[in-house]
Amino acid sequence: MIFDVASPIPLEAFLAVAAMLFCIGVWGLINSRNAVRVLMSIELMLNAVNINLMAFSDYLDGQLIRGQVFAIFVITVAAAEAAVGLAILLSLYRNRETVDMERFNLLRW
Amino acid sequence: MSIASTTQQICFLVLSATTVLGALGVVLLPNIVYSAFLLGGVFLSVAGLYLLLNASFVAAAQILVYVGAVNVLILFAIMLVNKQETLAAIPGLLVRRLLSGAVCAGLFALLLRVAFTTPWALPGPTPVGEEATIRIGEHLFTDYLLPFELASVLLLMAMIGAIVLARRDVFSTDVITGEPADQGLIEKDRTPLLIETPATEPTLLSKP
Repeated sequence: MIFDVASPIPLEAFLAVAAMLFCIGVWGLINSRNAVRVLMSIELMLNAVNINLMAFSDYLDGQLIRGQVFAIFVITVAAAEAAVGLAILLSLYRNRETVDMERFNLLRW
Repeated sequence: MSIASTTQQICFLVLSATTVLGALGVVLLPNIVYSAFLLGGVFLSVAGLYLLLNASFVAAAQILVYVGAVNVLILFAIMLVNKQETLAAIPGLLVRRLLSGAVCAGLFALLLRVAFTTPWALPGPTPVGEEATIRIGEHLFTDYLLPFELASVLLLMAMIGAIVLARRDVFSTDVITGEPADQGLIEKDRTPLLIETPATEPTLLSKP
């Protein structure tokens, strides 16, 4: 990355931050044992995708900004997903009295 | 955005460092309450990144929806299911973590390579800047009208689904006996179905 103080922020810098955030989210999704933390990791990944959409919208689609509209829809769906996911988690906790992901293995072969 | 590019770069560095370090804290910290509060910090700094990208409306929506709603919802869920339990040890946990870390590092390298080798069509058209909110409104009521309405239906469905999944109150009584005939109350009386307690389970042999 060329670091020049006078030039504007390159597009690739935003993409790199979003890629980092996404990979941290994937790692957390795989390795978390608390189910709430899995939901948090999903939120991290959705935010990374949103950063990408906003960066492309600003740098490549500056007049129509369709990326921003798309990001708003992603935020909407993420809110719905969080509500339903946490309700499922509560219901699951009532039935199994744990939030350990390793013990949610009812459908395992 | 009408601030000097040096200031923009300093803001970008601070915000991206906060985002990445906060995300690492969300994933790695052992106490989940700290993780939830750090997640709020991550959402706030992502909103700051949106401001750097000339998107004030989406930054406000991000703060309202993510910090105001999703993060509070996650904190409520943590409070409701906060049982201190000692997690059973799993064989090969460290190997699993290292392997998945390697896979994620590979994914990161791939994404970086794609980002840096693709010839983006830069510079694109000039950003609309402060008129972005007007443009978003025009989009939402002309060519994105159908997704906009579908989003409202989706939110309604999610709300009803969450209420049905999570409620425990008595809403209905038995017509004949007058006793509460609600699933949540029946759930409360019996032991949970899916817990593996084979010793207390009634079997065919133990029945008289």
